[in-house]
Amino acid sequence: MLTHLPVLQVIVPLMAAPLCLLLNRPRLVWLFTLIVSGLAFVISGLLLQQVLTSGTIIYDLGGWDAPWGIEYRIDLLNAYLLVIISAISTVVLFAAHTSIREEIPASRHTLFYILYLLTFAGMLGIVATGDAFNVFVFLEISSLSAYALIALGKDRRALWASFQYLIMGTIGATFILIGIGLMYQMTGTLNMEDLSKLLPDVEQTRTVFTAFAFVIVGICLKLAMFPLHLWLPNAYAYAPSIVTAFLAATATKVAIYLLIRFTFSIFNLSFSFTHVPLQILFLVLGLAGIFVASTTAIYQTNVKQLFAYSSIAQIGYMIVGFSVSSVAGLTATLLHLFNHALMKSALFLALGAVMYRIGSTQLSQFQGLGRQMPLTMAAIVVGGLSLIGVPLTVGFVSKWYLVVAMIENGWWPVAVLILLGSLLAVVYVWRIVEVAYFKPALASTKTIKEAPLAFLIPVWVLVIANIYFGIDTRFSVEVAHAASMNLFQGLSGVNR
Amino acid sequence: MNLSLELMLQLSIILPLLAVVGIVATGSKPNLREAVTIGTSLVLLYFVINLYQGTQRGENISITWWELLPGLQISFNIEPLGMLFALVASFLWLITSVYAIGYMRGHHEQNQTRFYACFAIAISSVMGITFAGNLFTLFIFYEILTLSTYPLVTHAGTEDAKKGGRVYLGILLSTSIAFFLLAIIGTWFVAGTLDFKPGGVFNTDVNKVVAGVLLLLFIFGIGKAAIMPFHRWLPAAMVAPTPVSALLHAVAVVKAGVFTILKVCTFIFGIDLLPTLPTTQFLLYLAGASILLASLVAMRQDNLKARLAYSTVSQLGYITLGALLATSSGVIGSSMHIATHAFGKITLFFCAGAILVAAHKSKISEMRGLGRQMPITMVAFFIASLSIIGAPPTGGTWSKWFLLMGTIETEQFILMCVLIISSLMNIAYLLPIPFHAFFSGDKVSSSEVKIGAGIKEAPLPSLIAISVTTMGCLVLFVYPQPLYELAKSILAT
Repeated sequence: MLTHLPVLQVIVPLMAAPLCLLLNRPRLVWLFTLIVSGLAFVISGLLLQQVLTSGTIIYDLGGWDAPWGIEYRIDLLNAYLLVIISAISTVVLFAAHTSIREEIPASRHTLFYILYLLTFAGMLGIVATGDAFNVFVFLEISSLSAYALIALGKDRRALWASFQYLIMGTIGATFILIGIGLMYQMTGTLNMEDLSKLLPDVEQTRTVFTAFAFVIVGICLKLAMFPLHLWLPNAYAYAPSIVTAFLAATATKVAIYLLIRFTFSIFNLSFSFTHVPLQILFLVLGLAGIFVASTTAIYQTNVKQLFAYSSIAQIGYMIVGFSVSSVAGLTATLLHLFNHALMKSALFLALGAVMYRIGSTQLSQFQGLGRQMPLTMAAIVVGGLSLIGVPLTVGFVSKWYLVVAMIENGWWPVAVLILLGSLLAVVYVWRIVEVAYFKPALASTKTIKEAPLAFLIPVWVLVIANIYFGIDTRFSVEVAHAASMNLFQGLSGVNR
Repeated sequence: MNLSLELMLQLSIILPLLAVVGIVATGSKPNLREAVTIGTSLVLLYFVINLYQGTQRGENISITWWELLPGLQISFNIEPLGMLFALVASFLWLITSVYAIGYMRGHHEQNQTRFYACFAIAISSVMGITFAGNLFTLFIFYEILTLSTYPLVTHAGTEDAKKGGRVYLGILLSTSIAFFLLAIIGTWFVAGTLDFKPGGVFNTDVNKVVAGVLLLLFIFGIGKAAIMPFHRWLPAAMVAPTPVSALLHAVAVVKAGVFTILKVCTFIFGIDLLPTLPTTQFLLYLAGASILLASLVAMRQDNLKARLAYSTVSQLGYITLGALLATSSGVIGSSMHIATHAFGKITLFFCAGAILVAAHKSKISEMRGLGRQMPITMVAFFIASLSIIGAPPTGGTWSKWFLLMGTIETEQFILMCVLIISSLMNIAYLLPIPFHAFFSGDKVSSSEVKIGAGIKEAPLPSLIAISVTTMGCLVLFVYPQPLYELAKSILAT
């Protein structure tokens, strides 16, 4: 049984999705989904433990040897992401039943959970697989179901947001497919391990160069990297609250994973960073993303959109860390990947609670909520502090590593810019605080009570995780560091 | 009780936090709630005095909690400077708590439970700052202090409070993230350690320009020290209730700032390296300018609390200046000034609050003749003013003496003049207040203050607090020996 864990990780949620149709009772389906997600979390935990004790796991799907068959390859990086995705999904799902009762008609609840499980399975698949084409397949599974999930939003603008995302996402996926196709044309293989061995021989050709460009641009579209981020704010703002909390914490992280996998493992570092001027490109775009998106966030009137722009800015931090192409920089990116997932899931879930109570996330509606919903607002404040990077929260840990990585590389001005960027976070977080705590409650929200426990428990689990992993950093720092070391070592192994 | 000193050290940080639980739990019974506060502050003072006696016996008290990031530990270590600050802060917390009971009830403030709870968190973080064994630990508590005092500053919940809070948090958080954190990470990168070490952590062959830039970042980054141009938060914070202004913005928060600067100057850079840095001279003049300009601004303020706030900015400049002089007199003067200014300024704020509660006045121009209504308060105000000025028979004399010595030893004659001129300006903006209160009331204020209305002082708890801190000012003059010994041993370790 244990040897089949890599495939079970993906297959369990994938198979569970159609089973939801058989149950077809909202509460039952919710429980079922929750159990499946919890199971996936247990599997990912076991996988991580296995990888930590005995190294990379290689699993041949259906017993067909790679490179002919599909290979699942779980190294530290994959296992780390699998844990993040399934953990966040499980916690977020706790609130799902309560949340979507208010936002989605009961007849569509089963559909919601089916789509959710498919998105979930797709993401896990992207991360688990060791086959480039398989990545595309899972990407489409998760994306298509995500488009539909977003379209389920209560607001009619959700349809438009979903359509925007559909167009942009499809372009991205197509680009990735073209890139993979070109790589296949040059090497005759789709297995990542194989690709990494065969590509260096042909890396000077224009075809490989083109393939690389297509793949990177495609991934960056999925990643919502500035300036390819335009689909994200609306999609996050109008999707059902649960979907936003889940996607904000996981979808872009999977794209970051793909970026790292393609640039570090499949292509190699010398190709990605010297043959292609990726470093300066990503550094500039990352910094621009931090400043433009943070500034835009300040001017948002919808809090969901505000945090959506903040997500784009946070992606900027990860991109900057990535662009250093040093162990420290990559560690910072991987750390922030984990930490940002914690912050944003807590924040968006808390917004879900606000949505549940007052039916809107407009900033003007937040007046007086500090008194009406003290626990929910306290959660938003702690999440916001984490976003700013106040000590004893996870945000501080990532900021520290990022700045150290910059200074280690001699990039002092970038270190300054990163810290200045976090000052913008102070501004947009404090706009919410001031409205919620200093303005009297509106007449319409006077009678609002604290959010139900179904929200408070998962929100505070995430908030406490924000603090816990800001104090006890052993897990996140060790795994992120080891994963990043692995990537660099694996690389030198391929080069020689 | 037979607790080990290490345990006491930890308890002095944890105890105020536990008190928060007690304060919140007893929120509906004000008397019980205040008993928790007073009880906790008594126990805290007991711990701190025990720790003091421990260090006097020459015991080395340090403890490490855990490693937050590889190589960066949360650890505590007691040395004389921290001990000095801890004694001042814990003693004045007790006094302020007594004062606050009178003030908060006399002034009918809302949300008193939140007030006392945040106050306790702030004290806990001050204890963390005083005993911090490395810069990293200090920074963490420094940030907690900023955040926990924000609800205190904005206590009133009005539009003004919101604006004041915005400036307060904006400046303190911005400087600490943009400069202070960068300086810490830079130090970590250059020196490889953040531990406070006597004589500093940098090697002798360190790049002087890099170290100079780090010093700049430190001085500007420690916004709590209110060096111009980052002083605006302190006047803005005056929207807070008076006990907050008194303890936090005359003692805990601002002193945490200058304390950090002293720590950085003596234990990160070391007084041997400091004078050789290219930016030190510039910063000395900046501190001098801050002293003079703030005094000038203070003279123009009619709001008593605003005047006191600018006076604080000016006095903080003294301490920064003394630290940057990097001589033993400078450091002794600065650290003694932490204590003497604390007693003087907290008394002045207590008086301002007492006047507000008893006579409902906050403007200086309205205080003529007030001496007849509030004689004790005004006498206290007079004595505390003398201490700020640095005139005998008050404690301020000694600290200013050593600071002047410091400027003479280093032949910084311009700065010496700055200190003297500033003292004259202190006289000009502080002493007229009690004089007018006693001697010039007849003509102007017969309508303002009812003659023969008799004595109407602030509530008794507040009055007791005022008397104690005023006595403190006087005692520090007559009996400065323990303070001096403590200050002298900072550089001896």
